Amino acid sequence: MPDPVLSANDVHKTYGKGDSLFTALGGISVDIKSGEKVAIIGKSGSGKSTLMHLLALLDKPTSGTIKIDDEDSSQLSGKALNTLRNHKFGFVFQQFFLNGNASVLENVLLPLKIGGSGFSERKQLALEALDLVDLGDKAKNKAKDLSGGQKQRVVIARALVNKPSVIFADEPTGNLDTATGEMIERLLFDLNAKQGITLIIVTHDSDLAARCDRQIYLKDGRIIENPVKRRQIV
Amino acid sequence: MKLIDIATTASSNMFRSKLRTFLTVIAIFIGSFTLTLTNGLGSGISSYIDREVGNFGAADALIIQAAGDSTGLPTDEVKKYDPTRRTTSIESEGNRTVTVLTDADLAKIRRLEGIKSAEAYQSAVIDYVSGTGSDKYVASIEPYLDGANYALDAGRQPKNSTDTLEILIPSTYLKFLGFKSAAVALGRPVTLGITNGLGQQSEVDATVVGVKQKSLAGGVTLNTNPALLAKLRTIHDIGLPPAATASFQVAVARFDASISDPQLVQLKDRLTKAGYKGTTIQDQIGTFKSVINGIVLVLNGFAVIALLAAGFGIINTLLMSVQERTKEIGLMKAMGMSAGRIFLLFSGEAVMLGFWGSLLGSIAAIGAGSVINQIVLQNYLKDLVGLQLLTFSVVSVASIMGIVMVVAFLAGTLPALRAARQSPIDSLRYE
Repeated sequence: MPDPVLSANDVHKTYGKGDSLFTALGGISVDIKSGEKVAIIGKSGSGKSTLMHLLALLDKPTSGTIKIDDEDSSQLSGKALNTLRNHKFGFVFQQFFLNGNASVLENVLLPLKIGGSGFSERKQLALEALDLVDLGDKAKNKAKDLSGGQKQRVVIARALVNKPSVIFADEPTGNLDTATGEMIERLLFDLNAKQGITLIIVTHDSDLAARCDRQIYLKDGRIIENPVKRRQIV
Repeated sequence: MKLIDIATTASSNMFRSKLRTFLTVIAIFIGSFTLTLTNGLGSGISSYIDREVGNFGAADALIIQAAGDSTGLPTDEVKKYDPTRRTTSIESEGNRTVTVLTDADLAKIRRLEGIKSAEAYQSAVIDYVSGTGSDKYVASIEPYLDGANYALDAGRQPKNSTDTLEILIPSTYLKFLGFKSAAVALGRPVTLGITNGLGQQSEVDATVVGVKQKSLAGGVTLNTNPALLAKLRTIHDIGLPPAATASFQVAVARFDASISDPQLVQLKDRLTKAGYKGTTIQDQIGTFKSVINGIVLVLNGFAVIALLAAGFGIINTLLMSVQERTKEIGLMKAMGMSAGRIFLLFSGEAVMLGFWGSLLGSIAAIGAGSVINQIVLQNYLKDLVGLQLLTFSVVSVASIMGIVMVVAFLAGTLPALRAARQSPIDSLRYE
């Protein structure tokens, strides 16, 4: 087995103080190996988004450690964290977060622009990423003129453009109809299979979760056993 | 993100809400338009005044009078007779007395540190001036002070080191003395009529060497060179008692024109201690200049108020942009953009707004300025030759643009800081 690319060890996350203290995560330990498809599944308020934010190093745990490639993330400077996210991670969000008035190409090359690559290099990489999601011909269109499924494919292209090792997808099919959702799902699984990109999918859709290699069920900020399996046993 | 990418992104972000950007730019435009215009007015008028300094006299000359005659206004004060002070009183002005100076005073002034020379400033009263075959006209004369640089329509300044009797005439006299143009008058004689102490009138011919432009310094004074003045004085003094001819009211002292302002003040202090009062040409024009500067300052104040209002417009515009782009900011932060770069992105947008507003504002002001110059100088102020009501220098326009951009940057810091401090997670959750 390859070493874990991401690993959380007894991670707690609390918000507020005193009476208003709210525990979002209460002692989570997970290892995510390179090339895995992992689903984080749970109802809203279960802490699944919080866990994803912690794994994606967008937030710091109250206690516990998050290791990336065996390195403690709390030891990394803000600048190192930014560079790491920029180079290693790709993000796919339910709400797309596209700049509607900018061209599709401009939207896709944003991570490269932030990372500071040159003009021609980022254009070429963005076009390659758009080809991978079959939208090469839409590069010059404005993002707002695309359909929902096309928008999500642009988002995936944007997540891919920096050749990340991990893609975080927060409800990637949540805003899409079933057929389009399945197409996006196939696209993500394809990338995982062909390019070995680790997939971490946050979802409440148990069908989508079931097609992943592994499921992490969260309830009230803790990992629980697969409720479906348990029912089968009973 | 590279700085060039931040700059281009900031500038393209400006166009995302075109109407809002347009209105903000208009506000900045009005501020910088006014500031450029008032500044242009100030520098136009002061450069005209600086030019006029030459028309008033030499820059290294101190006009010296006995102390105590400062204002020259009629007074009710009854002074005790002091046999050591010699005074002349001017009958028509009643009680006003003027203390006169003598050669002994000149010797005393010359001994003062910093004074290079001191001479009596003696003038003469002439009865009339006339050209060849022309009528006789009343005129006054003043000696030409070496170093004075009158603005001339034609000819040159009079020479001090010559025996030729030279004279400068103002352009207002040209047609009365029978000259078609300034150039025609050069080298031609004019006749001055003068009455001596015995009441006998005689005439002196002088050669016109230059024609003075119309100026703030007045247009009815003719300027003589020393040779001409000496000749006039000789006639003037015939029949006067020696005491009257040996005294004068004003002396002209020369100092080193390169001394600093504090040194000049010290020099004046030494004069005051010795019992004299010295004023430079700058002092005489200074009052006038400070009035103009005051007016320009007030006008600039209005422009600055307009700019301040524009600054709040920028704050408002950018706060709304930050609000609208919350998710985008969150996304960019998630993708590894640092808070510093986010700050630069938004403050850069503010600076761009300032840049465009001030650029358009100064271009419009320069355009309006040249139109105003044309209209005003062809109609209302056409007598003031050489006046440019509004002048714009590259330095002043550039510094106004710089100031506007700094104001815009400062206005942008509040929204930019707010954007920079946003947490990526909260921004992404923001509905």
